[in-house]
Amino acid sequence: MYAQMVKTGVDHIQSKEEMSPEERAFQDRVDQDIKIEPKEWMPEAYRKTLIRQISQHAHSEIIGMQPEGNWITRAPTLERKAILLAKVQDEAGHGLYLYCAAETLGVSRDELMEQLNSGKAKYSSIFNYPTLTWADIGAIGWLVDGAAIMNQVPLQRCSYGPYSRAMIRICKEESFHQRQGYDAMTKLARGTPEQKQMAQDALNRWWWPSLMMFGPSDAESVHSAQSMRWKIKINSNDELRQKFVDQTVPQAEYLGLTVPDPDLKWNAERGHYDFGEVNWDEFYQVIAGNGPCNRDRLRTRVKAYEEGRWVRDAADAYAAKKAGRAKAKAA
Amino acid sequence: MTDKKEWPLWEVFIRSQHGLAHRHVGSLHAPDAEMAIMNARDVYTRRNEGVSIWVVRASDIAASSPSEKGPLFDPANSKVYRHPTFYEIPEELGHM
Repeated sequence: MYAQMVKTGVDHIQSKEEMSPEERAFQDRVDQDIKIEPKEWMPEAYRKTLIRQISQHAHSEIIGMQPEGNWITRAPTLERKAILLAKVQDEAGHGLYLYCAAETLGVSRDELMEQLNSGKAKYSSIFNYPTLTWADIGAIGWLVDGAAIMNQVPLQRCSYGPYSRAMIRICKEESFHQRQGYDAMTKLARGTPEQKQMAQDALNRWWWPSLMMFGPSDAESVHSAQSMRWKIKINSNDELRQKFVDQTVPQAEYLGLTVPDPDLKWNAERGHYDFGEVNWDEFYQVIAGNGPCNRDRLRTRVKAYEEGRWVRDAADAYAAKKAGRAKAKAA
Repeated sequence: MTDKKEWPLWEVFIRSQHGLAHRHVGSLHAPDAEMAIMNARDVYTRRNEGVSIWVVRASDIAASSPSEKGPLFDPANSKVYRHPTFYEIPEELGHM
């Protein structure tokens, strides 16, 4: 997902008997769906895991502006340009909501920025793929945002108050992202043969990376089990991936496009689509920093940060000048 | 890479269109109140969510402590007579 393979630092799931009284009281509250708020007691591992998960999610929103930003100046019409601008601005906003949620857990914004800019922090594998044609913008909205929604909708009910509230805001806005993507794909799919081919090509390139977003099967993962116990993860990776495939295949068919998976087949018995195996070697390569765009994404991010420095300095200087004046006036 | 000092955190309150009270919507960093309001407009009102914005420095907010939740709020628990549903009104009177 936008946060993939988040480690919890635990090696097994504690039974209630093994827990300290505080831990037990905490788990009881989570079990009863009582939200955990910033200043309340929480296990250290819960706090650290949440910081990891929320900040990864935030970094993904920030880096996620790049592949789409690539097409703002080349959008085919003024309307598409305005829509894309609004969407990319939303992504920045989503990053900010999430950074604020992470900060309530005791990490500072500067630390988070430093982790992103130094390359220490992870972000979703999906944003390390290039946007080669305009159709990629449609495909990202439709598939990537579609996959993100699968995960974010259940997270609105997660146990941590500030994270849950950020998710509620994000989900409200995310639906626009997916629809505008599908709308752009529809235009191309119903256009000239060349335009339709462009849409097919984008689907071919984004389909598998979109399935990778959910992360490898975590049926055996102690980290996922712990996160689910804490209710900061609601569904398993396989469950969400299946849901995404089931939802998306008919949408592709409606467009007259072909999902690039020879093993894809409706399984009436299961009531789900069967689909082929994801190339997990590729996924591990991408999260290890060897995807098509990893270096470029980080370089662009650092450049934007450095080139914005004068703006931050100017804002600081202006605030200091005004504060000084106010003080002089009061004296 | 790190700037010399972090901008203060501001809590943002928005009043929506419908004459309701300002409501906490989130927080953001800004060097001063004026910039905080401008940033709040971009971060929290991109879809006509508000007609008025308040920003307050997070450090200026005094909050009740979660550990004192019991002693602070318990006294209200036993006072059911403060709710209208405590009283039975004869049905023939209709709505009151």
